[in-house]
Amino acid sequence: MNEDWMLYEVFIRARSGLEHKHVGSLHAADARMALEHARDTYTRRQEGVSIWVVRSSEILASDPAEADALFEPARDKVYRHPTFYAIPEEVKNL
Amino acid sequence: MSPAAEPARAPASVEDRFEYVLRLGDTSLIAAQRLGALLGHGPALEEDLALGNIALDLLGQARLLLALAGRIEGRGRDEDALAFLRDAGQFRNMALAEQPDGDFAETIVRQCLLDAWRLETYESLAGSQDRELADIAEKALKECRYHWRFSAGWLVRLGDGTAESHARTCAALEKLWRFTDELLSADALDARMAVCGIGPAPALIRERWETRVSAALAEAKLERPAHRHYPWHGKRGVHTEHLGHLLAEMQFLPRAYPGVSW
Repeated sequence: MNEDWMLYEVFIRARSGLEHKHVGSLHAADARMALEHARDTYTRRQEGVSIWVVRSSEILASDPAEADALFEPARDKVYRHPTFYAIPEEVKNL
Repeated sequence: MSPAAEPARAPASVEDRFEYVLRLGDTSLIAAQRLGALLGHGPALEEDLALGNIALDLLGQARLLLALAGRIEGRGRDEDALAFLRDAGQFRNMALAEQPDGDFAETIVRQCLLDAWRLETYESLAGSQDRELADIAEKALKECRYHWRFSAGWLVRLGDGTAESHARTCAALEKLWRFTDELLSADALDARMAVCGIGPAPALIRERWETRVSAALAEAKLERPAHRHYPWHGKRGVHTEHLGHLLAEMQFLPRAYPGVSW
Protein backbone atom coordinates (compact mmCIF):
# COMPACT_ATOMS: atom_id res chain seq x y z
CA MET A 1 0.00 0.00 0.00
CA ASN A 2 1.33 3.38 -1.00
CA GLU A 3 1.95 5.58 2.01
CA ASP A 4 0.24 8.48 0.17
CA TRP A 5 -3.05 6.65 0.41
CA MET A 6 -5.29 7.69 3.24
CA LEU A 7 -7.86 5.79 5.23
CA TYR A 8 -11.52 6.64 4.60
CA GLU A 9 -14.63 5.54 6.47
CA VAL A 10 -17.54 4.43 4.31
CA PHE A 11 -21.25 4.95 5.01
CA ILE A 12 -23.93 3.36 2.84
CA ARG A 13 -27.64 4.14 2.63
CA ALA A 14 -29.35 0.85 1.89
CA ARG A 15 -32.61 2.32 0.61
CA SER A 16 -34.16 5.73 0.15
CA GLY A 17 -35.47 7.01 3.48
CA LEU A 18 -33.03 5.01 5.60
CA GLU A 19 -29.99 6.51 7.26
CA HIS A 20 -26.41 6.05 6.08
CA LYS A 21 -24.74 3.31 8.10
CA HIS A 22 -21.06 2.76 8.67
CA VAL A 23 -20.00 -0.32 6.71
CA GLY A 24 -16.21 -0.27 6.89
CA SER A 25 -13.12 1.55 5.75
CA LEU A 26 -10.78 1.58 2.78
CA HIS A 27 -7.67 3.22 1.38
CA ALA A 28 -7.64 5.80 -1.41
CA ALA A 29 -5.45 8.60 -2.73
CA ASP A 30 -8.25 11.19 -2.80
CA ALA A 31 -11.95 11.61 -2.09
CA ARG A 32 -13.10 10.78 -5.60
CA MET A 33 -11.12 7.56 -5.59
CA ALA A 34 -12.51 6.75 -2.17
CA LEU A 35 -16.05 7.05 -3.53
CA GLU A 36 -15.20 4.76 -6.44
CA HIS A 37 -13.51 2.25 -4.17
CA ALA A 38 -16.50 2.33 -1.86
CA ARG A 39 -18.78 1.64 -4.80
CA ASP A 40 -16.60 -1.26 -5.95
CA THR A 41 -15.97 -2.69 -2.50
CA TYR A 42 -19.25 -2.22 -0.67
CA THR A 43 -22.08 -2.01 -3.21
CA ARG A 44 -21.27 -4.94 -5.50
CA ARG A 45 -24.29 -6.85 -4.25
CA GLN A 46 -26.77 -3.98 -4.44
CA GLU A 47 -26.19 -2.97 -0.84
CA GLY A 48 -26.89 0.69 -1.38
CA VAL A 49 -28.33 3.69 -3.19
CA SER A 50 -26.04 6.35 -1.71
CA ILE A 51 -22.50 6.51 -0.39
CA TRP A 52 -20.71 8.86 2.00
CA VAL A 53 -16.97 8.74 2.50
CA VAL A 54 -15.13 10.60 5.26
CA ARG A 55 -11.42 10.85 5.93
CA SER A 56 -10.83 8.71 9.02
CA SER A 57 -8.48 11.37 10.38
CA GLU A 58 -11.37 13.90 10.32
CA ILE A 59 -13.35 11.83 12.79
CA LEU A 60 -13.01 12.81 16.42
CA ALA A 61 -13.44 9.69 18.51
CA SER A 62 -14.14 9.38 22.21
CA ASP A 63 -11.24 8.15 24.29
CA PRO A 64 -11.77 4.57 25.56
CA ALA A 65 -10.01 5.64 28.79
CA GLU A 66 -12.85 8.08 29.38
CA ALA A 67 -15.54 5.48 28.80
CA ASP A 68 -16.41 5.30 32.50
CA ALA A 69 -16.84 9.04 32.82
CA LEU A 70 -18.84 9.28 29.61
CA PHE A 71 -21.10 6.25 29.81
CA GLU A 72 -21.27 4.95 33.36
CA PRO A 73 -23.53 7.75 34.67
CA ALA A 74 -26.32 6.61 32.33
CA ARG A 75 -26.29 3.09 33.67
CA ASP A 76 -28.52 3.62 36.74
CA LYS A 77 -31.01 5.93 35.00
CA VAL A 78 -33.35 3.36 33.61
CA TYR A 79 -36.20 5.88 33.89
CA ARG A 80 -34.83 7.44 30.71
CA HIS A 81 -36.13 4.47 28.81
CA PRO A 82 -39.82 4.96 28.04
CA THR A 83 -40.74 1.63 29.60
CA PHE A 84 -42.99 2.94 32.37
CA TYR A 85 -45.85 3.99 30.17
CA ALA A 86 -48.90 1.85 29.75
CA ILE A 87 -49.54 1.49 26.05
CA PRO A 88 -53.18 1.82 25.07
CA GLU A 89 -54.60 -1.24 23.37
CA GLU A 90 -55.56 0.73 20.27
CA VAL A 91 -51.95 1.56 19.53
CA LYS A 92 -50.48 -1.05 17.28
CA ASN A 93 -46.98 -1.48 15.92
CA LEU A 94 -45.26 0.72 18.46
CA MET B 1 -36.75 14.89 -48.11
CA SER B 2 -40.09 13.16 -47.68
CA PRO B 3 -40.02 9.59 -46.43
CA ALA B 4 -41.40 8.36 -49.74
CA ALA B 5 -38.49 9.86 -51.66
CA GLU B 6 -35.92 8.32 -49.34
CA PRO B 7 -33.98 5.49 -50.98
CA ALA B 8 -35.05 2.16 -49.56
CA ARG B 9 -32.54 0.80 -47.04
CA ALA B 10 -31.21 -2.49 -48.22
CA PRO B 11 -31.41 -4.97 -45.33
CA ALA B 12 -28.00 -6.01 -44.01
CA SER B 13 -26.84 -9.48 -44.96
CA VAL B 14 -26.57 -12.19 -42.30
CA GLU B 15 -22.79 -12.31 -42.85
CA ASP B 16 -22.45 -8.56 -42.29
CA ARG B 17 -24.56 -8.56 -39.14
CA PHE B 18 -22.70 -11.55 -37.74
CA GLU B 19 -19.28 -9.99 -38.41
CA TYR B 20 -20.34 -6.65 -36.99
CA VAL B 21 -21.68 -8.05 -33.72
CA LEU B 22 -18.56 -10.23 -33.42
CA ARG B 23 -16.41 -7.09 -33.52
CA LEU B 24 -18.24 -5.68 -30.53
CA GLY B 25 -18.50 -8.97 -28.63
CA ASP B 26 -14.91 -10.02 -29.21
CA THR B 27 -13.55 -6.62 -28.19
CA SER B 28 -15.39 -6.88 -24.86
CA LEU B 29 -14.41 -10.52 -24.38
CA ILE B 30 -10.69 -9.95 -24.97
CA ALA B 31 -10.65 -6.85 -22.78
CA ALA B 32 -12.39 -8.85 -20.02
CA GLN B 33 -9.78 -11.60 -20.28
CA ARG B 34 -6.94 -9.06 -20.04
CA LEU B 35 -8.42 -7.41 -16.95
CA GLY B 36 -9.35 -10.76 -15.43
CA ALA B 37 -5.70 -11.81 -15.62
CA LEU B 38 -4.86 -8.90 -13.31
CA LEU B 39 -6.92 -10.29 -10.43
CA GLY B 40 -4.71 -10.60 -7.39
CA HIS B 41 -2.11 -8.31 -8.98
CA GLY B 42 -3.81 -4.93 -8.61
CA PRO B 43 -1.76 -2.19 -6.93
CA ALA B 44 -4.15 -2.24 -3.97
CA LEU B 45 -6.97 -4.46 -2.78
CA GLU B 46 -9.53 -1.82 -3.73
CA GLU B 47 -8.13 -1.43 -7.26
CA ASP B 48 -8.09 -5.18 -7.64
CA LEU B 49 -11.81 -5.25 -6.92
CA ALA B 50 -12.47 -2.33 -9.26
CA LEU B 51 -10.64 -3.97 -12.18
CA GLY B 52 -12.36 -7.28 -11.46
CA ASN B 53 -15.77 -5.58 -11.46
CA ILE B 54 -15.04 -3.98 -14.81
CA ALA B 55 -13.82 -7.30 -16.21
CA LEU B 56 -17.11 -8.91 -15.16
CA ASP B 57 -19.14 -6.10 -16.74
CA LEU B 58 -17.25 -6.61 -19.99
CA LEU B 59 -17.65 -10.36 -19.82
CA GLY B 60 -21.40 -9.90 -19.38
CA GLN B 61 -21.51 -7.64 -22.45
CA ALA B 62 -19.45 -10.15 -24.43
CA ARG B 63 -21.80 -12.93 -23.45
CA LEU B 64 -24.91 -11.07 -24.64
CA LEU B 65 -23.22 -9.95 -27.86
CA LEU B 66 -21.74 -13.33 -28.76
CA ALA B 67 -25.05 -15.05 -28.01
CA LEU B 68 -26.70 -12.56 -30.38
CA ALA B 69 -24.01 -13.22 -33.01
CA GLY B 70 -24.68 -16.95 -32.70
CA ARG B 71 -28.42 -16.41 -33.22
CA ILE B 72 -27.77 -14.20 -36.25
CA GLU B 73 -25.44 -16.78 -37.75
CA GLY B 74 -28.04 -19.50 -37.22
CA ARG B 75 -25.63 -22.41 -37.29
CA GLY B 76 -26.11 -23.53 -33.71
CA ARG B 77 -23.05 -21.85 -32.20
CA ASP B 78 -23.72 -20.35 -28.78
CA GLU B 79 -21.59 -17.78 -26.93
CA ASP B 80 -19.34 -20.48 -25.48
CA ALA B 81 -18.65 -22.05 -28.86
CA LEU B 82 -17.79 -18.63 -30.27
CA ALA B 83 -15.57 -17.66 -27.33
CA PHE B 84 -13.69 -20.89 -26.86
CA LEU B 85 -13.67 -22.75 -30.17
CA ARG B 86 -12.41 -20.13 -32.61
CA ASP B 87 -8.77 -19.50 -33.44
CA ALA B 88 -7.05 -16.10 -33.46
CA GLY B 89 -7.69 -15.47 -37.15
CA GLN B 90 -11.43 -15.77 -36.57
CA PHE B 91 -11.52 -13.21 -33.78
CA ARG B 92 -12.75 -9.76 -34.72
CA ASN B 93 -11.72 -7.70 -31.68
CA MET B 94 -9.97 -4.37 -32.00
CA ALA B 95 -6.22 -4.99 -31.71
CA LEU B 96 -6.02 -2.45 -28.86
CA ALA B 97 -8.02 -4.78 -26.60
CA GLU B 98 -5.48 -7.61 -26.90
CA GLN B 99 -2.45 -5.48 -25.95
CA PRO B 100 -0.76 -6.76 -22.78
CA ASP B 101 -1.55 -5.26 -19.38
CA GLY B 102 2.03 -3.98 -19.01
CA ASP B 103 2.48 -1.69 -16.02
CA PHE B 104 -0.52 0.00 -14.41
CA ALA B 105 -0.15 3.05 -16.67
CA GLU B 106 -0.40 0.84 -19.75
CA THR B 107 -3.46 -0.91 -18.41
CA ILE B 108 -5.14 2.40 -17.66
CA VAL B 109 -4.26 4.01 -21.01
CA ARG B 110 -5.54 0.96 -22.91
CA GLN B 111 -8.77 0.92 -20.90
CA CYS B 112 -9.23 4.65 -21.26
CA LEU B 113 -8.86 4.71 -25.05
CA LEU B 114 -11.16 1.69 -25.38
CA ASP B 115 -13.69 2.89 -22.81
CA ALA B 116 -14.15 6.17 -24.67
CA TRP B 117 -14.74 4.30 -27.92
CA ARG B 118 -17.13 1.81 -26.32
CA LEU B 119 -19.08 4.53 -24.56
CA GLU B 120 -19.60 6.58 -27.73
CA THR B 121 -20.33 3.48 -29.83
CA TYR B 122 -22.95 2.11 -27.45
CA GLU B 123 -24.47 5.56 -27.03
CA SER B 124 -25.14 5.49 -30.77
CA LEU B 125 -26.07 1.81 -30.90
CA ALA B 126 -28.80 2.41 -28.33
CA GLY B 127 -30.72 3.88 -31.28
CA SER B 128 -29.83 1.06 -33.69
CA GLN B 129 -32.37 -0.37 -36.13
CA ASP B 130 -31.41 -3.77 -34.73
CA ARG B 131 -33.64 -3.90 -31.64
CA GLU B 132 -31.66 -6.65 -29.92
CA LEU B 133 -28.39 -4.83 -30.42
CA ALA B 134 -29.98 -1.59 -29.21
CA ASP B 135 -31.18 -3.31 -26.02
CA ILE B 136 -27.73 -4.71 -25.27
CA ALA B 137 -26.14 -1.30 -25.92
CA GLU B 138 -28.59 0.41 -23.60
CA LYS B 139 -27.87 -2.01 -20.79
CA ALA B 140 -24.11 -1.80 -21.33
CA LEU B 141 -24.13 1.98 -21.46
CA LYS B 142 -24.54 2.40 -17.69
CA GLU B 143 -21.56 0.14 -17.12
CA CYS B 144 -19.52 1.95 -19.77
CA ARG B 145 -20.13 5.33 -18.13
CA TYR B 146 -18.61 4.01 -14.93
CA HIS B 147 -15.70 2.40 -16.77
CA TRP B 148 -14.87 5.73 -18.37
CA ARG B 149 -15.18 7.55 -15.06
CA PHE B 150 -12.76 5.04 -13.55
CA SER B 151 -10.15 4.96 -16.30
CA ALA B 152 -10.26 8.69 -17.09
CA GLY B 153 -9.97 9.43 -13.36
CA TRP B 154 -6.83 7.34 -13.22
CA LEU B 155 -5.46 8.88 -16.41
CA VAL B 156 -5.61 12.30 -14.77
CA ARG B 157 -4.22 11.01 -11.50
CA LEU B 158 -1.26 9.36 -13.25
CA GLY B 159 -0.64 12.00 -15.90
CA ASP B 160 -0.84 14.86 -13.41
CA GLY B 161 0.80 12.86 -10.63
CA THR B 162 4.48 12.30 -9.90
CA ALA B 163 7.31 12.60 -12.45
CA GLU B 164 7.45 8.80 -12.51
CA SER B 165 3.73 8.29 -13.11
CA HIS B 166 3.71 11.03 -15.76
CA ALA B 167 6.66 9.48 -17.64
CA ARG B 168 5.11 6.02 -17.55
CA THR B 169 1.76 7.30 -18.78
CA CYS B 170 3.44 9.19 -21.64
CA ALA B 171 5.28 6.01 -22.61
CA ALA B 172 2.06 4.00 -22.53
CA LEU B 173 0.28 6.58 -24.71
CA GLU B 174 3.14 6.53 -27.23
CA LYS B 175 3.00 2.75 -27.32
CA LEU B 176 -0.75 2.33 -27.65
CA TRP B 177 -1.83 5.37 -29.67
CA ARG B 178 -1.18 3.64 -33.00
CA PHE B 179 -3.97 1.18 -32.20
CA THR B 180 -6.60 3.91 -31.89
CA ASP B 181 -6.89 4.45 -35.63
CA GLU B 182 -8.62 1.10 -36.00
CA LEU B 183 -11.32 2.15 -33.54
CA LEU B 184 -12.12 5.29 -35.48
CA SER B 185 -11.49 4.46 -39.14
CA ALA B 186 -14.49 2.88 -40.80
CA ASP B 187 -13.87 0.03 -43.18
CA ALA B 188 -16.38 -1.20 -45.76
CA LEU B 189 -18.36 -3.20 -43.21
CA ASP B 190 -18.65 -0.27 -40.77
CA ALA B 191 -19.88 1.88 -43.66
CA ARG B 192 -22.48 -0.67 -44.78
CA MET B 193 -23.78 -1.06 -41.22
CA ALA B 194 -24.13 2.71 -40.91
CA VAL B 195 -26.03 2.91 -44.21
CA CYS B 196 -28.60 0.33 -43.12
CA GLY B 197 -29.09 2.05 -39.76
CA ILE B 198 -27.60 -0.67 -37.57
CA GLY B 199 -24.19 0.83 -36.82
CA PRO B 200 -23.33 4.42 -35.92
CA ALA B 201 -22.07 6.98 -38.43
CA PRO B 202 -18.27 6.51 -38.23
CA ALA B 203 -17.52 10.24 -38.50
CA LEU B 204 -19.70 10.88 -35.46
CA ILE B 205 -17.84 8.33 -33.31
CA ARG B 206 -14.48 9.77 -34.33
CA GLU B 207 -15.58 13.31 -33.51
CA ARG B 208 -17.03 12.40 -30.10
CA TRP B 209 -14.11 10.18 -29.21
CA GLU B 210 -11.65 12.95 -30.11
CA THR B 211 -13.52 15.45 -27.95
CA ARG B 212 -13.76 13.12 -24.99
CA VAL B 213 -10.17 11.85 -25.10
CA SER B 214 -8.66 15.28 -25.82
CA ALA B 215 -10.38 16.74 -22.77
CA ALA B 216 -9.10 13.92 -20.56
CA LEU B 217 -5.55 14.26 -21.95
CA ALA B 218 -5.58 18.00 -21.34
CA GLU B 219 -6.76 17.54 -17.76
CA ALA B 220 -4.07 14.89 -17.27
CA LYS B 221 -1.43 17.28 -18.65
CA LEU B 222 -0.52 14.75 -21.34
CA GLU B 223 0.52 15.50 -24.91
CA ARG B 224 -1.57 13.91 -27.60
CA PRO B 225 0.79 11.60 -29.56
CA ALA B 226 1.30 12.18 -33.28
CA HIS B 227 -0.81 10.18 -35.71
CA ARG B 228 0.71 6.86 -36.66
CA HIS B 229 0.14 4.67 -39.65
CA TYR B 230 -1.89 1.70 -38.60
CA PRO B 231 -0.90 -1.71 -39.97
CA TRP B 232 -3.19 -3.96 -37.87
CA HIS B 233 -6.77 -4.84 -38.57
CA GLY B 234 -7.96 -6.86 -35.61
CA LYS B 235 -11.55 -6.27 -36.64
CA ARG B 236 -10.80 -8.09 -39.90
CA GLY B 237 -8.91 -10.89 -38.16
CA VAL B 238 -5.37 -9.56 -38.61
CA HIS B 239 -4.02 -9.48 -35.07
CA THR B 240 -0.83 -8.72 -33.19
CA GLU B 241 1.12 -11.68 -31.83
CA HIS B 242 -0.42 -11.20 -28.38
CA LEU B 243 -3.86 -12.59 -29.18
CA GLY B 244 -2.67 -16.18 -29.76
CA HIS B 245 -1.04 -16.32 -26.34
CA LEU B 246 -4.11 -14.87 -24.67
CA LEU B 247 -6.39 -17.40 -26.37
CA ALA B 248 -4.09 -20.31 -25.47
CA GLU B 249 -4.71 -19.52 -21.82
CA MET B 250 -8.37 -18.54 -22.13
CA GLN B 251 -9.40 -21.52 -24.25
CA PHE B 252 -7.30 -24.24 -22.67
CA LEU B 253 -9.94 -25.77 -20.41
CA PRO B 254 -12.86 -26.15 -22.84
CA ARG B 255 -10.51 -27.41 -25.54
CA ALA B 256 -8.70 -29.91 -23.33
CA TYR B 257 -11.96 -31.14 -21.81
CA PRO B 258 -14.67 -30.74 -24.48
CA GLY B 259 -18.15 -30.29 -23.06
CA VAL B 260 -16.90 -29.84 -19.51
CA SER B 261 -19.19 -27.90 -17.15
CA TRP B 262 -19.33 -26.89 -13.50
